[in-house]
Amino acid sequence: MSKQINVALIGNPNTGKTSVFNALTGLNQQVGNYPGITVEKKEGICKLPRGLKAHIIDLPGTYSLNASSLDENVVIELLLNRNDKDFPDVAVVVSDVENLKRNLLLFTQIKDLEIPCLLIVNMADRMRRKGITLDIEYLEQQLETKIAVISTRKNEGIDNLKQQIINYKELSVKPCLNASTIDDEYFSRLRKAFPNQLLYKLWLVITQDVNFGKTNRKDFDAIASFKTKSKGDLKRLQQKETIKRYQFINNVLKKGQTIDASQATDVRAKLDRILTHKVWGYLIFFLILLTIFQAIYDWSSIPMDWIDSSFASLSNWVKSTFPGGGKVTDLIAEGIISGLGGIIIFIPQIAFLFLFIAILEESGYMSRVVFLMDRIMRRFGLSGKSIVPLISGTACAIPAIMATRNIENWKERLITILVTPFTTCAARLPVYLIIISLVIPEGKILGFISYKALTLMLLYLIGFGAAVGSAWILNKILKIKSKTFFVVEMPNYKVPLLKNVALTVLEKTKAFIFGAGKIILAISIVLWVLASYGPGEQFNNAESIVTEQYAQDNLTVDELDHKIASHKLEYSFIGITGRAIEPAIRPLGYDWKIGVALISSFAAREVFVGTLATIYSVGSDDEETIKNRMAGEVNPILGGPLFNFASGISLLLFYAFAMQCMSTLAIVKKETNTWKWPVYQFTIMTAIAYIVALIAFQFLK
Amino acid sequence: MQHTIAHLKRGEKGIITDVSSALIPLKLLEMGCLPGNLVELVQVAPFSDPLYLNINGSHLAIRKETAIHILIDRIDE
Repeated sequence: MSKQINVALIGNPNTGKTSVFNALTGLNQQVGNYPGITVEKKEGICKLPRGLKAHIIDLPGTYSLNASSLDENVVIELLLNRNDKDFPDVAVVVSDVENLKRNLLLFTQIKDLEIPCLLIVNMADRMRRKGITLDIEYLEQQLETKIAVISTRKNEGIDNLKQQIINYKELSVKPCLNASTIDDEYFSRLRKAFPNQLLYKLWLVITQDVNFGKTNRKDFDAIASFKTKSKGDLKRLQQKETIKRYQFINNVLKKGQTIDASQATDVRAKLDRILTHKVWGYLIFFLILLTIFQAIYDWSSIPMDWIDSSFASLSNWVKSTFPGGGKVTDLIAEGIISGLGGIIIFIPQIAFLFLFIAILEESGYMSRVVFLMDRIMRRFGLSGKSIVPLISGTACAIPAIMATRNIENWKERLITILVTPFTTCAARLPVYLIIISLVIPEGKILGFISYKALTLMLLYLIGFGAAVGSAWILNKILKIKSKTFFVVEMPNYKVPLLKNVALTVLEKTKAFIFGAGKIILAISIVLWVLASYGPGEQFNNAESIVTEQYAQDNLTVDELDHKIASHKLEYSFIGITGRAIEPAIRPLGYDWKIGVALISSFAAREVFVGTLATIYSVGSDDEETIKNRMAGEVNPILGGPLFNFASGISLLLFYAFAMQCMSTLAIVKKETNTWKWPVYQFTIMTAIAYIVALIAFQFLK
Repeated sequence: MQHTIAHLKRGEKGIITDVSSALIPLKLLEMGCLPGNLVELVQVAPFSDPLYLNINGSHLAIRKETAIHILIDRIDE
């Protein structure tokens, strides 16, 4: 049995690295995190000919080995640590035929680390259209490597690539240029000081702020302290190094690549002119956003209704099929199934959101939005790049906050992190949808926009407005000096690859559902237990107390059972907790049941619907959807339905502003490296939510 | 007068002559913004900032505040 070949995919952003990863691994991939940090780790298994297997890591995209972010650090840390279990047997550098010059910079750096290195030239299908021809033999010789020309779009060259991975032992480990000539004297001193270490590795350790686990910390500290040069001098040397590498690359490509510009047809320029136009650009962006909301509200309602009613009947089926199960049957039917239904119902909407975001990213359009919005966003202390987190925030704040990493300016980044949780994430959606359907009347404005859709759109706008408004305030308050600088690559337009988009949607939805699902399931079970047991007389003797109380009323058996169940719930552990906080939430128009749902949804918003589902289904035998049960609730104080216009709007606004997501707080802590910011975020957002909801209810009631 | 990228009009080109390394991030240099390379102003965003450039075949956008630190020789066509 031969061992698995470790393969690391490395490359600039926008070179189709992930397409190569998908082409090699297909569905045999998993996404996790690097230990201790929130950088996504994608790895997979690729079956090679002759029964061999390759373990493939898709490293974060980077322009060079000079890291300026956490994601880029991961690349260097892996490549410098030969003891890492993932240390590659072969580094596969992915380049894009149209940006070969820039892509090769990273390649020449990796070559200097003397790791077997294979070069992929991707997007070969574009070569003819752009009039590009390559002299592969010449390039292989100059770059000391083997080259695989592939097209992930046309699925060409993949088998050949796999063959080349198998033959990795034949790859040269010789650097293709000698970068140390930029300062001979300095580098020879360095070599003398650490004769056993690779020179380029030394250079990287000195210039980078790399964090190498515990294993070889000592060695690296010694190297890093070898600073006989000032920071400015080091930076000048890095600049010299970059120039030197580009000289080499330019020379190689002069002979190895010919571009016949007359053959090139430029779709890019035409599209750019429209998409970044001062009128059309914004209009198109607005229309795209509108389409996304339409999809979330309208298109996904069909599968959602179906899921809702399926779970209601499943719960009922379990109860009628296993009537002898007693408490266990009740736990499954009322606790677990109701709780699970509350999360599975999200799938259509989250999938739609991730689908649109994936398409916008893959097509290259997102960069144009960044370009278009930068000036406007800067007025609010944000960056054009904040648009990506703010839009992805409509799916989930967690990946959105991670996406702030490519904002170079710390102040802009911090503000983006702090305000992103205001955007309407997918977890708020089910809360919104169910309340909207209960309290907003049917009917349409202008004959085609329904009140309900409009309310939803308004809630999104409120979320966005709150984000931008608080950014503006934070920009005035926060006194952080940081160097501003902004570079965004404007990639080529591409028709998104179905496979890439589908895999992204699948993986993100799965991660969300399982991540949130675990919390929701746990909370559902706890809630069920708390709702099914209680202390004292009132709970334990509920049956006799209620029977006595209504002895003269001639109730039917069903009616009596219902009264008993409500009484029990009110005096259960959960009822007691809910009623304890009732004085605080009564001014907002909520009863103790909503209070329970509010408490539990501080763990995660989406728990709200599940909690109410669990509370309302305890003791009820009818096959009913959550929605119908909620509509039937009576307001104990005012009479009339519990969810009326005033309490509904108040609740909607509370959820729009409140910071109810433990996972987001945890991510903010990780990304800002202190508890200070998540604590501020939680306190201030919740305070705003309470005040706004209070004002709304008091005015509307 | 010494020209910078910020002086270019849409469609105009220049050759980069000097990049002040203290003020320009390394990342920009790595993307091809180096002395001797050709730069073209492809597009200007609404409100005249940021600038969309083609530098040495790389398409990227930078803000004006960065562009004023990249000196060029203008090419008249």
